[in-house]
Amino acid sequence: MSNQNCENCPVHHVEHLVRLGIAMDRVDYVVALAGNPNTGKSTVFNNLTGLRQHTGNWPGKTVIRAEGGFSYKDKRYKVVDLPGTYSLLSTSTDEEVARDFILFARPDVTVIVADATRLERNLNLALQILEITDRAVFCLNLMDEARRHQIGIDTRTLSRELGIPVIAAAARQKEGMDELISTIAQVASGSYTCKPHRIKPRSAPLQHAVEVLAKKLGESFPGMPNLNWVALRLLEGDQSIIEAVKSGGLGQLSPGTLNLNI
Amino acid sequence: MRFAMEKNNEQTGQELLSLANKLRWGLGVDFHDTIIASVYEDASRIARKAVRQEGDRSSYHLERRIDELVTSRTWGFPIMLLLLALVFWLTIAGANVPSGMLASLLVDTAHPWLRQLAGSIGTPAFLSGLLIDGAYLAMAWVVSVMLPPMAIFFPLFTLLEDLGYLPRVAFNMDSLFRKAGAHGKQALTMSMGFGCNAAGVIATRVIDSPRERLIAIITNNFSLCNGRWPTQILIATIFIGGAVPAYLAGIVSSAAVVGIAVLGIGFSLLVSWALSKTLLKGEASAFSLELPPYRPPQIWQTLYTSLMDRTVFVLWRAVVFAIPAGMVIWLVGNVSIDGTSLAGHFIHYSTPFALIFGLNGVILLAYIIAIPANEIVIPTVLMLTVLHSGLGGVGEGQGILFELDAIEDTEQVLRAGGWTLLTGINLMLFSLLHNPCSTTIYTIYKETGSLKWTIIATFLPIGLGLTVCFFVTQIWNLFHTLI
Repeated sequence: MSNQNCENCPVHHVEHLVRLGIAMDRVDYVVALAGNPNTGKSTVFNNLTGLRQHTGNWPGKTVIRAEGGFSYKDKRYKVVDLPGTYSLLSTSTDEEVARDFILFARPDVTVIVADATRLERNLNLALQILEITDRAVFCLNLMDEARRHQIGIDTRTLSRELGIPVIAAAARQKEGMDELISTIAQVASGSYTCKPHRIKPRSAPLQHAVEVLAKKLGESFPGMPNLNWVALRLLEGDQSIIEAVKSGGLGQLSPGTLNLNI
Repeated sequence: MRFAMEKNNEQTGQELLSLANKLRWGLGVDFHDTIIASVYEDASRIARKAVRQEGDRSSYHLERRIDELVTSRTWGFPIMLLLLALVFWLTIAGANVPSGMLASLLVDTAHPWLRQLAGSIGTPAFLSGLLIDGAYLAMAWVVSVMLPPMAIFFPLFTLLEDLGYLPRVAFNMDSLFRKAGAHGKQALTMSMGFGCNAAGVIATRVIDSPRERLIAIITNNFSLCNGRWPTQILIATIFIGGAVPAYLAGIVSSAAVVGIAVLGIGFSLLVSWALSKTLLKGEASAFSLELPPYRPPQIWQTLYTSLMDRTVFVLWRAVVFAIPAGMVIWLVGNVSIDGTSLAGHFIHYSTPFALIFGLNGVILLAYIIAIPANEIVIPTVLMLTVLHSGLGGVGEGQGILFELDAIEDTEQVLRAGGWTLLTGINLMLFSLLHNPCSTTIYTIYKETGSLKWTIIATFLPIGLGLTVCFFVTQIWNLFHTLI
């Protein structure tokens, strides 16, 4: 009885959206917001949850992980606003918070919030996130500023290259938010299948080492989505990954069991 | 437990790790760099495919020009001070009238009415004194004195923040903090402290190195918090503004408040430097600070968030602390031993000691009572002064915390209590340099998890404050003897 056209209309979706604020018992999906500092993650967070987390125009404003929720089409989503980082490869605390959450807490969807006026630098982080997770949405935020600076971005090309949905948005004007929510829902439920871009090691010995180690990891941790990445981190001697492998905790952590050190 | 591991966890883990170690030997030393290089190459390739630059980039050039000006070596600091001074001047000039209106409503009208009501239903004198003359009046005073300046100051400050000016401040201050052996991001946490020190202490989480984070936590108290702005503004208006011709009063008192704020930054740097040379030795670590684009602030949303998140939040906290403090003030003012109130005893015995520092017993007692919240220092000082100097015909009478509807009346009380320009200056200095409020102390304890550092962060500023006040007083007295 449901009409396909109606379901695709944003107005229809809004009627199914209930912003839950911080009332989040019994969630169906966990959504993480990641991205470079000062790309508007907290503004997106506020739009999704109806909360009014203070936003500020300076990098590093979010030092505490903020959590909120919304309900959409009878599913309840918990949203986690992670601190902004430039990379997941180095070892500062805020980068670890973001990385460990995506890696160990395994959000159902990771929304990568990016600054449309600084796409290349934002892609550096996006590609690293796509190494860890299978299910992500690229939220190309600050499109209003991009327009002001006369920067045009071909979202279809971007989406094809990244292998995940790309939503053009201007969160401060609430532009693109309905589309973002429906896309999050599609990725969470699996009705949209992501084929994330993966970085190919440029050297043959490295490629070989990663393959060997990933295969072995796959035997111990069946079903892990990011074997190559974990293998790479092990080769690099990443302490927290080594610890997780040693204790066998790598495969056992699930949302809620991890006490993040922040 | 989505990916339950087979048994023999530890053994499998060890096998994996030794395999990784073995494989690592076959790779070059620089393979980490090649991974990063591939990430950057891919990002650059994708960006080239997806981005089209239409037209020129003149809007970027304008931003660059503004940045060159506000972060220039010559103009960076003057512009910063001017902006600060402008914000204070607007706050001082704009807050006076609404403050007076609130005071006449809450104190002059509502307070006598409440007393009358209590009298008519036969409330015992002790109870109505404690509740109406203590708790209610303290609350009324805090609301009428704090609400207007906060409702002006916070939105202005938030506008500067939303515009993207704070990172420029951090950029300007960065080299100074690094020379002091501290982290450049301390400039940001310091700016947060100008709103609330407890918030500033939490904000130090952006600093990775524990050594530099401790320095930032200990020195955050040198940022004047909003609980102390009203004290600074009022005392500057009375004693500094009063010492110059009337047409200069507004500008000179704003300048004095900016001076105290800058002095606080100076102490922040000095103490950071001293700590990094003694207790917390080490090198400053590097970090990258991105100057965000200037974004046109969303005026209405800024007003809303700064009013709800900051003004109402801080005011609520002040009221919650003012109510019990008001009762304490009423009690120490009205409970007597040998015919003299508790407050009277304390003031009598502590004044000789306090005079060495150019303060008086009233100020010391006020700072003890006001440990939970700096906001109530001035009302406490006024009540205790009236009580102690036995002024007649002012306010409601002895032992009652009261509001004076005009600044001139406050001045009259303080001068009658033996206050001079020197007392005013020392109070401003002591207000900058004394222990953090109890909320901040608790936050420091939670963030550091260390009793030792909490004690240092609490007593270091008091020690500094007493030292500074001592020298100012002795030098001042020396000059007066010479002239």
